[in-house]
Amino acid sequence: MSETKQTFNSSLGKKLIMALTGLFLCTFLIVHLGGNLLLFSNDGGYSFNMYANFLTHFPPIEVVAYVLYASILVHALYAIILTTKNRKARPVTYAVVNKSPASWSSKNMGLLGSILFLFIVIHMGDFWYKYKFTNTVNFKEYRTNLATGERTETAYTPEKADFEHSQSFDGNTEIIRVKDLHARVQSSFSQLWYVAIYVIAMGALTFHMVHGFQSAFRTLGWVHRKYTPIVEFIGTWFFGAIIPLGFAAMPVVYYFMSLSK
Amino acid sequence: MDNANMKLTLKVWRQKDAKTAGKFETYKAENISPDMSFLEMLDIVNESLTHGGQEPIYFDHDCREGICGMCSLYINGNPHGPKRAITTCQLHMRSFHDGETITIEPWRAAPFPVVKDLAVDRSAFDRIQQAGGYISINTGGVPDANAIPIPKIIADEAFNSATCIGCGACVAACKNASAMLFVSAKVSQLGMLPQGQPERYRRVQTMVTQMDEEGFGNCTNTGACEAECPKEISLTNISRMNNDFLSAKLFRQEEVHEIKHEGA
Ligand code: SF4
Ligand code: FES
Repeated sequence: MSETKQTFNSSLGKKLIMALTGLFLCTFLIVHLGGNLLLFSNDGGYSFNMYANFLTHFPPIEVVAYVLYASILVHALYAIILTTKNRKARPVTYAVVNKSPASWSSKNMGLLGSILFLFIVIHMGDFWYKYKFTNTVNFKEYRTNLATGERTETAYTPEKADFEHSQSFDGNTEIIRVKDLHARVQSSFSQLWYVAIYVIAMGALTFHMVHGFQSAFRTLGWVHRKYTPIVEFIGTWFFGAIIPLGFAAMPVVYYFMSLSK
Repeated sequence: MDNANMKLTLKVWRQKDAKTAGKFETYKAENISPDMSFLEMLDIVNESLTHGGQEPIYFDHDCREGICGMCSLYINGNPHGPKRAITTCQLHMRSFHDGETITIEPWRAAPFPVVKDLAVDRSAFDRIQQAGGYISINTGGVPDANAIPIPKIIADEAFNSATCIGCGACVAACKNASAMLFVSAKVSQLGMLPQGQPERYRRVQTMVTQMDEEGFGNCTNTGACEAECPKEISLTNISRMNNDFLSAKLFRQEEVHEIKHEGA
């Protein structure tokens, strides 16, 4: 076996992969939340649609996106491999297991991860897949008066089937035609069961982060009395509270907006 | 013993050998004093079993004072019983109440096959230890005390790691049956001291490799081991081992080559 292969096949190597992919996914959460906060800008979905268009048409981002999808798959795959090995290490289970002081999240990372994986499949199927690979997302045309900044929006029906987006000028008016993902978000988030899935998944994210973030640091061997409390604080409050709350706020707010329409 | 008045019901795992499937048997323990140790209680039960012509219950023990690491019972869902930071031999019957039913199981892990009843074969730990848990030293004249300066904080840490008695409660407690706490304590106790430096990066690799070969599970940092360890070995040891292992694998080319030549 080559040295590299041996490194990554060892128990510690596999854990290293879990930790690195996990931390990479954590950084993604920040970017994803940051970008999606545009959903809260009250501009008829203009900035959100522009952002979605940018993400899907800027090559470097697309590369990073595929690294991201690979990370999700590797993280899940290694979790399965490690769990299988762990099960094999205890073929006969205990008849009585007392409540151990280990945290609930630490003992249920697999369950929490499975919920999150299922959620990612639903979520990507509904937005990413439909946006990129189907014609089910309608188009919108934004006309912006460059002098006054006034903007009007109308539905747009492309002439060609493979139309993606366009930007043109008509005198002092900028005409932008993009896929209206914002409308898709609005319609999805007007269904209560769909909102419920999101909120439940974000609950799972909370507990996955509370254990996972600091655990990754332990796996990497980065433990120190100076910064371990900070790592635990960030894992609990930033990744375990602020991020999931921010994400959960989107479907909830959109659901209530859909009610008042 | 005048207050030998506790009555208990024991559900004990009986298993003929590693190949035969085991099952629970129920026994009555009578005239037990709260001042007896858990193992003394089992001695009394065994005496009556022997008198009754039955096989006594097999269990491991040796020093009976918490230093050898031989005793190994999983009592009512906890390795070494309900109390923290003690071994089974240091557990007293006053930790239980009269009339209680106590379930006694062996350590359960594939690398710890049952020898008989409650005794398991922990030679996997010995093989891990042999794979790298040593230092090279020149014999000869008696060295001066404190000839090698070691900061007190380091000496203390290394000594804390060295208190591991190799009982295997960490494996028993871990939901993944991982041996990381034990291995990391053994790696740390040598790796932190100047005397352990020559083999430091080699040691961590060979011991981890042996640990994997034995078939222990993988650590998920739940911390159950640390909570159940009779010697309160801390989880920090595991991170220290990870750190040494990764730096050995990723940054220390020379040690990596050395191992390859030896075919380890
Ligand atoms: S680390 Fe603790 S529980 Fe594990 S073998 Fe050593 S003394 Fe026993
Ligand atoms: S018998 Fe030696 S530690 Fe318990």
